[in-house]
Amino acid sequence: MIVVNNVSLAHQGAPILQDINLEIPETGVTALIGPNGAGKSSLLSLIARLQPLQQGTITVDGLTVGATPSRILARTLAILRQDPAIASRLRVRELVAFGRFPHNGGRITDEDRALTQAALERFDLTSFADRFIDTLSGGQRQLVLVAMTFCQGTRWLLLDEPLNNLDMFYARELMRALREIADSERRAIVIVLHDINQAVTYADYIVALKHGAVVANGPPALIANTTSLQRIFGYEMPVESYHGKPIVLNHL
Amino acid sequence: MRNRSTIVLASLGVVALACIAAYMTVGLRGNVWFALELRAVRLAALIVVAVSIAVSTVVFQTVTTNRILTPSIMGLDALYVFSQSLLVFAIGGLGFAVLDPRLKFAGEATVMVILAALLFLPLLKARMDLILMLLTGVTVGVLFRSLSSLLARLIDPNDFVVLQGASYANFSKIHGELLIAACALTLVGIAIVWRMRHVLDVLALGRDVSTGLGLEWPRVVAGMIMLVAALVAVSTALVGPVAFFGLLVVALGERLIDTRRHAILLPAAALVAVIVLVGGQTILQHVLGGASTLGVVIEFVGGLVFLVMLLHGVRR
Repeated sequence: MIVVNNVSLAHQGAPILQDINLEIPETGVTALIGPNGAGKSSLLSLIARLQPLQQGTITVDGLTVGATPSRILARTLAILRQDPAIASRLRVRELVAFGRFPHNGGRITDEDRALTQAALERFDLTSFADRFIDTLSGGQRQLVLVAMTFCQGTRWLLLDEPLNNLDMFYARELMRALREIADSERRAIVIVLHDINQAVTYADYIVALKHGAVVANGPPALIANTTSLQRIFGYEMPVESYHGKPIVLNHL
Repeated sequence: MRNRSTIVLASLGVVALACIAAYMTVGLRGNVWFALELRAVRLAALIVVAVSIAVSTVVFQTVTTNRILTPSIMGLDALYVFSQSLLVFAIGGLGFAVLDPRLKFAGEATVMVILAALLFLPLLKARMDLILMLLTGVTVGVLFRSLSSLLARLIDPNDFVVLQGASYANFSKIHGELLIAACALTLVGIAIVWRMRHVLDVLALGRDVSTGLGLEWPRVVAGMIMLVAALVAVSTALVGPVAFFGLLVVALGERLIDTRRHAILLPAAALVAVIVLVGGQTILQHVLGGASTLGVVIEFVGGLVFLVMLLHGVRR
């Protein structure tokens, strides 16, 4: 379980997160939603110790963020931030294999090779495994980075808007793959999503942020209604039912 | 892929050995043993300089995650000249000249390592983009060069002469008395970098990804910056500041092996550096009869490479 306790964050005097208290369930897919500038990415990077905590505490499976050595945490939690620019000239397979670094310190074993291959297959990347990443499209690169994060083999996967740059087909493929990982391997996935329907369809739990505070959290059934969504996103959107599941007509 | 890099590395090794052999033997006459001994000392110095510049440039580029910056473009060797001036200013030219050169070198290197860590770590932590970094580097370079010349005006003319001899690149007049200390420092530096080669591969992925993969980013980067500073101190102490040599040899090495893996890139860049420096010196000294200085030629070609890389848009 990830426990966030009284966490506040300010950047040059401007408050970004205010007194966040949150428990993220230890299995399944948890979606972080909310308007731009709500603090979703900041919260994720605080949990993953990418920036120092200013106030409050965070624990991941009992490990205190900030006090736990980075390498230990890297075996429990993997993070993918939005669009990290990789300047290095690397092939897809090499980049995915970096996910094994917290376990092997750079000395690649046969087991690492097998796990890398499995990650490539899982995200359907085998056909361009030997291409250089700077020759890929934005969407393909995004998938490669998700595969690397997956290859880290951690119980927690934190993904910041992984659907960026993906077309409808690949967005659906990726969400299905993540759902499958959460179900079959009992790993926990925390994912920042902008598409409310992806969140409602694939997540088990939704946390909504607005102006740096949690405004709603609970299973999709509790969030997917006009009142809650208006409170989160600031306008009225119809919610219909399709085969018994809620579907948000957010573009109307 | 693995095979290709082995072949390239082996060929580079053969060419480097050929250059070394040529440097030692071409145009040998008169007292052969005396000449050989003289050349051997110079050769050792050239190799130390070549390797330390190549390795420091690779590490610096990895730490800053770009392929255009080098320690000298960021003004690190200006920092060394400043450390030197500071030392002359503090203890006077006579003291400076009398002082054991090894002790002097140790003092300068220490001052430089500390200044580099104080200056560059905050810059890297601030997540600057390339253009801003470049601008900062140029400014830092100008600042320290100006500070050095300010100090030069404050000291008396005799001290100034002592100082001036130390602040220009010269591949044929090498400060040989430092050779053993420089050799030792370079070897230690190389050993550390080689042990860290996998960590450097991860570091090249950038701050967020490498933290996510379990590096203590600030600590590793601080160590690496100090190591780069020590290696720059070595090369600057032996031959003076050189701006574009590192950029040239690393770009060439990377082009030849087509990977950024440090286990391959480090030796490749070092071998290219030895070839360019020792081979170039041989040609200029013995074939062209000293028609030009190697420093000028290298800076000219390296400067062109720098411009081409900037215009070609090597991202970050």
